[in-house]
Amino acid sequence: MPAPGKTLEIRTSPHILSGYSVDSIMFNVVLALLPVTAFAIFAFGLAGLLTLSMALVSCVLTEHLICRATGKPTTIGDWSVTITGLLYGLTLPPSLPLWMVAVGGVICVAMGKALFGGLGYNTFNPALVGRAVLQAAFPVAMTTWIAGFTAGRFTSLPSSTLTLPFTEPTVDAVTSATPLALWKFSRETTAVADLATGFTSGSAGETSSILIILGGLYLIARNMMNWRIPVSIIAAVFVLSGALHLVDPTRYASPVFMIFSGGLMLGAMFMASDMVGSPMTSIGCYLYGALIGVVTVVIRTWGGLPEGVMYAILLGNAVTPHLDRWFRPRVYGTATKEAAS
Amino acid sequence: MEDGTPCPLDTSTPDEIIAAIQEAGVVGLGGAAFPTHVKLKVPEGKFVDTLIINGAECEPFLTTDHRVMLEQSDDIFVGIRYLLKVSGAEKVIIAVEANKADAAEHLRATFPGDLNGSVELLRVKYPQGAEKMLFAALLGREVPSGGLPLDIHALCCNVATTAEIGRLLPLGRGIQERVITVTGPAVKRKGNYRIPIGTPLRFLLEHVGVEEDVNRVFLGGPMMGGAASSLDISITKGTSGVTAFTDSAAERTHSPVYPCIRCGYCVDACPIFLDPSLLGRLAANQEFSVMAERHNLMDCFECGSCSFVCPSHIPLVQQFRAAKAAVRKAAAGKTGAT
Repeated sequence: MPAPGKTLEIRTSPHILSGYSVDSIMFNVVLALLPVTAFAIFAFGLAGLLTLSMALVSCVLTEHLICRATGKPTTIGDWSVTITGLLYGLTLPPSLPLWMVAVGGVICVAMGKALFGGLGYNTFNPALVGRAVLQAAFPVAMTTWIAGFTAGRFTSLPSSTLTLPFTEPTVDAVTSATPLALWKFSRETTAVADLATGFTSGSAGETSSILIILGGLYLIARNMMNWRIPVSIIAAVFVLSGALHLVDPTRYASPVFMIFSGGLMLGAMFMASDMVGSPMTSIGCYLYGALIGVVTVVIRTWGGLPEGVMYAILLGNAVTPHLDRWFRPRVYGTATKEAAS
Repeated sequence: MEDGTPCPLDTSTPDEIIAAIQEAGVVGLGGAAFPTHVKLKVPEGKFVDTLIINGAECEPFLTTDHRVMLEQSDDIFVGIRYLLKVSGAEKVIIAVEANKADAAEHLRATFPGDLNGSVELLRVKYPQGAEKMLFAALLGREVPSGGLPLDIHALCCNVATTAEIGRLLPLGRGIQERVITVTGPAVKRKGNYRIPIGTPLRFLLEHVGVEEDVNRVFLGGPMMGGAASSLDISITKGTSGVTAFTDSAAERTHSPVYPCIRCGYCVDACPIFLDPSLLGRLAANQEFSVMAERHNLMDCFECGSCSFVCPSHIPLVQQFRAAKAAVRKAAAGKTGAT
């Protein structure tokens, strides 16, 4: 029994917490991304490793330096910038010149995150902001894809990787069109088994749908991701592209192909579901996912680009605050609009 | 103990019963300690059709309702008869959480044949024991924003309160003791105790034994209970539990605060569908009137679920309490000026 003079601590209720914390959620997202990252390095060898490392280092360093420059304690310990760095690296073509990777990494964090006020305030997914700027600035380099699983991938680099800044990159490695480009420009389909396992070309981390889904399931199981978002994106893509495919299978790709190709799986699981940029209510999440899915199919089918997931998610991010405002749940004890009128 | 004037069930009028309840000093024993006789006065033009007896524990950790239902069912049924007579309700529903199936079974087995009513099992989900939640779950009715249960013809009374009415009124006694859950990581002999009102907290804790390094003691449960500033205070009628934590068990609430990441956990957690995330941002900017006028701040009953789930450890409900106080103060200032 404590002494009579013992001081008790006084706080206001609640006195217990659920145990979730921002840093543990973010760290678990990093964990969920590790299999995809490892596969990217396995598939693209040194080029993949250097691209991902440069992406990660440039993002983390930018955040750290901005915090230092603005006189705030560094925020790299909350793991959120690690996610940005990894996701950004995973969306890049593995042969992208490293200086471009670094420029994009700075843009991700400085423009996509710090400018808006840092964690929690960024309207758009920072990784996609950096990627979108690169896509506009370096359209050729951003759409030059090397083949994965080449024999010398762990001993040699594509010459483009080490291109000096502001010089034209030359690509000597075996280049290879992505499944979506093959379909768009020559109507060739890729076997779904190859798409799901990742034995195709593409951005570093978007090729293996199975590993992406595994990472997503891990986060859903731990209640660290809203399953409604990936499910509604994939469902919207499947339904819309399926309907088009039924109309004319020679002009419109099959829905299964659409789901497993390009950046859809990575975008749906890890980028659209980013908590900061996605709606908070269930109905908002369904609509947000449906919008992203529909825009993706529209860009892929009728747009000039073979891939549209990035722009679809950025558009979804922009609509999120409106979805949150329009679909606020009815508060207990307040009449519905119909009942009130 | 000397008995007062008994208030027999059969021969007393509703007004006499209400007076006897007031005389006995019965208040809501769930923790709010709202005077029961005030709640029972049904104004002219209003009526009650359903009486709900709340056996859904108001807080995690607390088990007083459970023990009362198992050990005082006879008192509860007598109390129900008094309450039905006073309120004019046609039927009674005893609400029990699904994890207390033994209590529900016992009440069903002893349910008097001439009483119109039932025992209902409810999902175990804090804050199920809040009366607003019970009305929605059992009757599908919502108390209007700013209104009273009477507006939806319902009346809710805690099981322990009901049992006390049933025990005291026939004898004409006043309330002198109550059942209290004494629990928490710092307590050695956790359990439910019948404690005389006015017992010093220190005496109670000495009796049940607490760890040397106890550093936080709450009157009530861990979600809504107030922190005791000293052990030299007394147990009151509103003390439904005493929860004690040690230094080591309390570390969780010392976590750093992060910015809101819009995860939506609080939006899912809020039992009355407020947007705690938005209210939190408004509170940080001291926009109290916007919170009250446009975002239903005053409907918040401070269950604390939003703060409990927040991964950024933002003190949401704490800010809402302060905001509500500020809004009430501003309103009082206005009426005072006219």
